[in-house]
Amino acid sequence: MSKFMQQPLAAAANSAPAWLADTLSRGQAAWSERRLPTRKTEAWKYNDLRALQHSFSPPATGAPPSLEGIDLPQLDGSLLVFTDGVYCAQSSVLALPAGAELVRFADANPEEASAIVARLGTAVNHGRHLFAPLNDATLADGVFLRVAADTVLEQPVHVVWLTSGRADALGVTQRLLVEMGAHSQATVVETYANTETGGVAFTNGITELLLAEGAHLQHNRLHLEHGRAVHIGGVHALLGANANLNSFHLALGSDLKRIDIVVQHEGPGAHSDVNGIYLPRNEEQVDYHTCIEHAVPHCTSNETFRGIIADQAKAIFNGRIHIHPDAQKTHAQLSNKNLLTSNEAEVNTKPELEIYADDVQCAHGATVAQMDATALHYLRARGVSRAEAEVMLSYGFVNELVDAVPCEAVRDYLKPLLAKRFAHNPKLARHLT
Amino acid sequence: MLKIDNLHARVDDKDILKGLDLEVAPGEVHAIMGPNGSGKSTLGHVLAGRPGYQHTAGSATLLGQDLLSLETEERAHLGLFLAFQYPVEIPGVSNMEFLKAAVDATREARGEEPIDSVSFMKRARAICKEVDLDQAFLKRGVNEGFSGGEKKRNELMQMMLLEPKLCILDETDSGLDIDALQRVAEGINSMRDGQRSFVLITHYQRLLNYIEPDHVHVLAGGRIIRSGDKSLAHELEAKGYSWLEEVA
Repeated sequence: MSKFMQQPLAAAANSAPAWLADTLSRGQAAWSERRLPTRKTEAWKYNDLRALQHSFSPPATGAPPSLEGIDLPQLDGSLLVFTDGVYCAQSSVLALPAGAELVRFADANPEEASAIVARLGTAVNHGRHLFAPLNDATLADGVFLRVAADTVLEQPVHVVWLTSGRADALGVTQRLLVEMGAHSQATVVETYANTETGGVAFTNGITELLLAEGAHLQHNRLHLEHGRAVHIGGVHALLGANANLNSFHLALGSDLKRIDIVVQHEGPGAHSDVNGIYLPRNEEQVDYHTCIEHAVPHCTSNETFRGIIADQAKAIFNGRIHIHPDAQKTHAQLSNKNLLTSNEAEVNTKPELEIYADDVQCAHGATVAQMDATALHYLRARGVSRAEAEVMLSYGFVNELVDAVPCEAVRDYLKPLLAKRFAHNPKLARHLT
Repeated sequence: MLKIDNLHARVDDKDILKGLDLEVAPGEVHAIMGPNGSGKSTLGHVLAGRPGYQHTAGSATLLGQDLLSLETEERAHLGLFLAFQYPVEIPGVSNMEFLKAAVDATREARGEEPIDSVSFMKRARAICKEVDLDQAFLKRGVNEGFSGGEKKRNELMQMMLLEPKLCILDETDSGLDIDALQRVAEGINSMRDGQRSFVLITHYQRLLNYIEPDHVHVLAGGRIIRSGDKSLAHELEAKGYSWLEEVA
């Protein structure tokens, strides 16, 4: 196996809590047999993995980088901040009502530890996800959110994963495990950001969402890392009967982001909405591989991803819907639309439908287009400059998905962020709210 | 106001306008009628600078300025407004944001003070009411899911907000039922102030029952082949276009 994470592997083995030892050794055994993908590996054929030629260091403990200057969502409720994989107590706020627990792996008591061990990895198909064993193998800390049955969290839980991009190349592992009890409700926001553009950082972040019967979870995963950041990670969700997952994803570009999203509908009546926006520019790469599994009857899923690819950037979207033989009466919908704003921008989009049941409704569509010349002309005919019209159309292209985010505070954060993203001059974004 | 001299234009390598002359004085209403494919809509698009509509000869000036050398938005700033036959749907951009952007850009180009948001909203709501559009349309995406009639009324709303000097209405009457037609005509009439000029592009005489034109022109084969007063429109309604094309 590639040696690029040799040092973080050794460091984790020394610093992880003893009860995680089995997870680590299983992960290390599996990882040692993995080969890095090549251009011939189907699921990775568009990814440029040259960044993994670095030899990554484990994060050093020391003064954590300041959060100042980083534009993060301002949310009420609990906030957990990790910098380079290390928990940052002075930036965190713990404020959970009765019925909910938010525990760091490193702090877990024996009961919590056994609950974590029993659930960790249950949503992840390690065989299918090449880098998942690496996450297990380097796991020194993580977050466990448990919401008891019938408990409603009014305020969101926000986990900020920060990498500092210091001079040496850092290899950082992140893990979030969410267990939603029957008929519980919560909103979870994960924000990934980096403080400076300096060095290369490799992060491997896995999120597991376990929803029991009737649970409602609104999950947001915002990837704001820029510059030399490389992120290979994913979200793995298991939905029980009548569970409802609303999952929103954003990826600004960086050297490479490869995010796998897997939603398994395992109980009848489960429903998922999975939406996402990706905005690579310059020479950045973003890759979303999604897989919606329908294993049982009467489940529904809606998935919409939109991307705007600028300059020489590259985007990859692979949307798989897998309807198993027993999953009759499934309704599954998938849409992927891409806007290329430069002649050198590239997108590879592939919807993949595998349907083994006969009484289902399944629709999919993918489009790749340039800026709509008719719409551009219409705006200009009303006096709006070309530059401002382009900003308005870019924003409009993704804005519908932001409007669909249930959490108002997240919407309020995203709108100016996106407006700024498209406008080189802030004045051009003055009409976007 | 508008002076068009020997205008030639082509679309997709096909000559559509072949020597069109037209002069519109301040405060006048001109109707341009003609059969399908005669170049009526092309005239509007060429004047508004739509991509793909290539001007090959002749000239067009608005208020003495060469219109055809200006960017589309500069033509709007100068006072040209084209009400589109097929207004474009722009999901994700709210109608209110769009209207404010248009008004701000136009005021800025004319050296006027920016209008504050509260006054703008008030004015937009008042005009919304005047054209009989529900206020909810201000919050929806631009023309998104609007019916044909609603789109036309949204065009009218933009026209009222932007207060142009020359309004070209491209088949604004098509697809409207009789109530909507009357409402749109009332809106247009309310904007007649003796200075503002109008060019109504239409197939049918019925719009002209509500908006009385000073001049009526027949456009066929890329040129104006007959001009007259409003009685020409009635004659066309009775006889069709073929008799004129034969004469021409």
